[in-house]
Amino acid sequence: MAQTVPQDLKYTKDHEWVRREGDELVIGITFFAQEQLGDVVYVELPEVGAEVQAGQPFGVVESTKAVSELFAPASGKVVARNDELVDAPEKVNQDPYGVAWMIRIAPSNLAELDALLDAAAYQKYVEEQQ
Amino acid sequence: MSQEFFPNTSPGTRGLVYREPLIFERSVPGRSGASLPSAGVPETDPADEIPAELLRGPIEHFPSNSENEVVRHYVRLSQTNHSIDTGFYPLGSCTMKYNPKVNEWAARLPGFANAHPYLPPEQLQGVLELMWNLQNLLSEIGGFAATSLQPAAGAHGELAGLMIIRAYHLDRHGTPRKKVLIPDSAHGTNPASAALLGYQAVELPSNEKGMLEPEVVARAMDEDVAALMVTNPNTLGIFETHIKEIAEIVHAKGGLVYGDGANMNAILGVARPGDLGIDVMHYNLHKTFSTPHGGGGPGAGPVSVAAALEPYLPRPVVVKEGDAFRLDFDRPKSIGKLRTFWGNFGMMVRAYTYILELGREGLRRTAELAVLNAQYLRKLLEADWHVAYENPSLHEVIFTDRNLKETGVTTMDVAKALIDHGFHPPTVYFPLVVSGALMIEPTETESKETLEAFAAAMKAIYERAKTDPEGLKRAPEKPVVERLDEARAARKPVLRWTPDFEIPF
Amino acid sequence: MRYHPHTPEEIREMLEKIGVSRIEALFAPIPERCRLDRPLAVPEALDERSLMEHLEELAAKQPKVPPFLGGGAYPHHVPPAVDQLLLRSELYTAYTPYQPEVSQGTLQITFEFQTYVTLLTGLELANASMYDGATAAAEAALMAVRLSRGRCTKVVVSRALHPEYRDVLQTYLAVGFEVVEVGFGPDGRTDLEALRGAVDEKTAAVLVGYPNFFGVIEDLRALAQVAHDKGALLVSCTTEALALGLLQGPGALGADIAVGEMQSFGNGLNFGGPGLGFFATREAYLRQLPGRICGATVDRSGRRGFVLTLSTREQHIRRERATSNICTNHGLNAAAATIHLSLLGREGLHALALVNYRRARYARERLAEAGCKPLFSGPVFNEFVVRAPKDAPERIRKAGLAGGLQLECYYPELPDGLLLCVTELHDRKRIDALVQALA
Repeated sequence: MAQTVPQDLKYTKDHEWVRREGDELVIGITFFAQEQLGDVVYVELPEVGAEVQAGQPFGVVESTKAVSELFAPASGKVVARNDELVDAPEKVNQDPYGVAWMIRIAPSNLAELDALLDAAAYQKYVEEQQ
Repeated sequence: MSQEFFPNTSPGTRGLVYREPLIFERSVPGRSGASLPSAGVPETDPADEIPAELLRGPIEHFPSNSENEVVRHYVRLSQTNHSIDTGFYPLGSCTMKYNPKVNEWAARLPGFANAHPYLPPEQLQGVLELMWNLQNLLSEIGGFAATSLQPAAGAHGELAGLMIIRAYHLDRHGTPRKKVLIPDSAHGTNPASAALLGYQAVELPSNEKGMLEPEVVARAMDEDVAALMVTNPNTLGIFETHIKEIAEIVHAKGGLVYGDGANMNAILGVARPGDLGIDVMHYNLHKTFSTPHGGGGPGAGPVSVAAALEPYLPRPVVVKEGDAFRLDFDRPKSIGKLRTFWGNFGMMVRAYTYILELGREGLRRTAELAVLNAQYLRKLLEADWHVAYENPSLHEVIFTDRNLKETGVTTMDVAKALIDHGFHPPTVYFPLVVSGALMIEPTETESKETLEAFAAAMKAIYERAKTDPEGLKRAPEKPVVERLDEARAARKPVLRWTPDFEIPF
Repeated sequence: MRYHPHTPEEIREMLEKIGVSRIEALFAPIPERCRLDRPLAVPEALDERSLMEHLEELAAKQPKVPPFLGGGAYPHHVPPAVDQLLLRSELYTAYTPYQPEVSQGTLQITFEFQTYVTLLTGLELANASMYDGATAAAEAALMAVRLSRGRCTKVVVSRALHPEYRDVLQTYLAVGFEVVEVGFGPDGRTDLEALRGAVDEKTAAVLVGYPNFFGVIEDLRALAQVAHDKGALLVSCTTEALALGLLQGPGALGADIAVGEMQSFGNGLNFGGPGLGFFATREAYLRQLPGRICGATVDRSGRRGFVLTLSTREQHIRRERATSNICTNHGLNAAAATIHLSLLGREGLHALALVNYRRARYARERLAEAGCKPLFSGPVFNEFVVRAPKDAPERIRKAGLAGGLQLECYYPELPDGLLLCVTELHDRKRIDALVQALA
């Protein structure tokens, strides 16, 4: 499991990850999430400029067998979104922490990150789920 | 019982199975399968009257084929289908029983097939009498005061039922109320229908026996609750033994109980939902009353109600005055119309034919043998397969893939492997509350040796899962296609033929 | 009972294996107080011959002649080849194709059906069918509302649209929506000025008939302009799909969603049901399309196959967030239409539409000479409204014919309007008899 829960990220209990890059946050879904979903076939993301709220849905990810909302780990303004996923949603299965990042936000309250799980806590949480 | 009776399937289940192109790829310009009368009247030109920009000639890319070529095309396509007339179809919750041939004959009688819905009642006495009789038969079978035959399908009947409940609350209480209680084992249409009418769906947990407990309902019940939706027997095949108490709890707070009639086949002539406190219920004529599923419709979903709800039924209803029948549109409290015309009449003819052929004893016998078959199959399978709920079920039973956990073989693999044994898979991964569910409903029209052959196939699959799991994952290998790439279909949707269509066949 | 294979001996063996002595014991999970304590009040079983006689008797009470009646259900010739193919057990006794490997026949026919719908409507995307034209229209309105993402709560509908379609729309949109009706002009077309006044920023969709309930062919391009000016979608509703064999596809004229009834192809009247709803729209709206959809893909060996796809939009997965509560289509009716269209083919479809147009025009012209003038001046296909005497239906019946729909109960403002329909089933002799009856 070690390689499937990178140490340098923070996690939500809804299986999103967040990475701090300078003043911005990059957000995606975890290896465990894509595994549970199965073949991802569609990703719907917010427009650049939209506001997202911590804990609130910001998009949708669909697989052949399930549809799931994406929940924002932190609040802020969307500064970029990964349009490549629209044409190639399979990338979510192939590289959830890398090329399949979903949105990049300018956070409004970095303190929100403190409430998230670190890698060890998330790994424990996933093991409990299984 | 001898297995030789059920020879194994050969690759493809018939003499030869053809890979068939699309009709658009078969086309040869200049051919035609049409037999047209000449106009027999002056050959006028539409352009005299209709603006040119609204007219068009023959449609580009429409195919051209002779009748015999068209017939061969569709016969070949039909041969790649499984069907109830070719083999066993143990789909839980779908009640895939035999579709009697006399039903098809009846529905095709010219007086039925050619009856126009807008003829005056004096030219429609036969079709109206049939509908009136069927309304009454369904009311009696379910224990209700009145029935509307209008809804086109089960989900449509369910929508009608909830609309009736909404209209009742508005009329009686001045508010539609806000919430609908739905057990976690319910069919997905229940919350979808509730949401469409602006209700908040509140999920109720079932207990470890798969049943709804009165206390759970009592805790959730208040005067904001419009209705409780139940299926009884529920989607786990289990009879809700507390249904009467539950209905009383709901009624005490002014709520109503909606019954999903999906599983009526288990209790025909044995128990009547209307007697158990259920206020509204829809039937599925294509499940309980043998009308064919048609590869995905048409169905029919009549809705029956207790006396207090009769004024809200969709309009019109068939009434009898003296010896004459007519459609009654004058129903001021009705929820309105749900579709064009009066219902899926073609399905009504078949269901009516079926009920009259079975008669009162045949209906009860149907329930008895449906339960007998399900329980017999359960006995044959439970040595190997994990039963989701230990307590007795009625007409269906749910197994899971739990005993195969170590092998990596899943419910989906079992389903596909059954195809190579000549059986349609059971309903899989439903209900959602059961992980890896295999939901089996044999129905009363299957013979003992069919059930035994199915059990033998399940046993063979179980054993192969232990020794050759990878082999199982290649199944099915006998049909005209192998496992299909559903992810590709959804990622890059190709939903029609166009001249650049190029997937090889 | 001939559908119950069990012998008494087999029942005994099965009960023994289960571990109970009597079949009644299987119902032990049902508490005594929940049981029915008497036999059902249902008649005794009938043998096949008696059953057939009873049904023949009921069927014989309807007239044998093809009615001069449309209004959403059309009398057309159904070739025996269509019905014989529909009686293939593999087609009509199959379940919904959830297991694609053993359902390729149904799936490929569905794919062909979707293709036919796109060709007829001039749009890029079609679903696997719906219950009927009216429910398809209601679903179109709901889809337009969804596409507005909460901006719109209003739907504008032409009063010249089929009254039952409007009725069904009211039923479906009763909760939280406003349905506004706009009238029609002396040509029988939707009143463009009134429409312009009714459509605003809150309007999700404008629904019109094409042809409309009076048989009149609407100017879709002009209607689309009015709708699009305010950001609303234009939904065309075609009750007589055969008209699309002669008329331009609604998609080419600016309709964003084309729905309607396709019973005319391969399906009998069946007293109005089952019908065959079709639903087509633009590619961009794929994710909001209601109902089942079939798509092409490949199997493990890379060979062509078909599956139901995009099912995450549907109720069995999305539950309360589904695009619709619909979980079935009218598969067998769609198969009938597909087979009939394949038989007609490119030339045959157009030729059949022309026969309908010409015979209806002949009837209109003869009726006008006989004093039954057209009520509207707009162009028509095979259906039209004339001014007729009050006793018209009775006269038609007395002449041994059937049909004609008096409009007064739907349109009190049209007290002498009689809606007539003429198809390939009505030859010159029958038309002349109708004219004589009404003269």
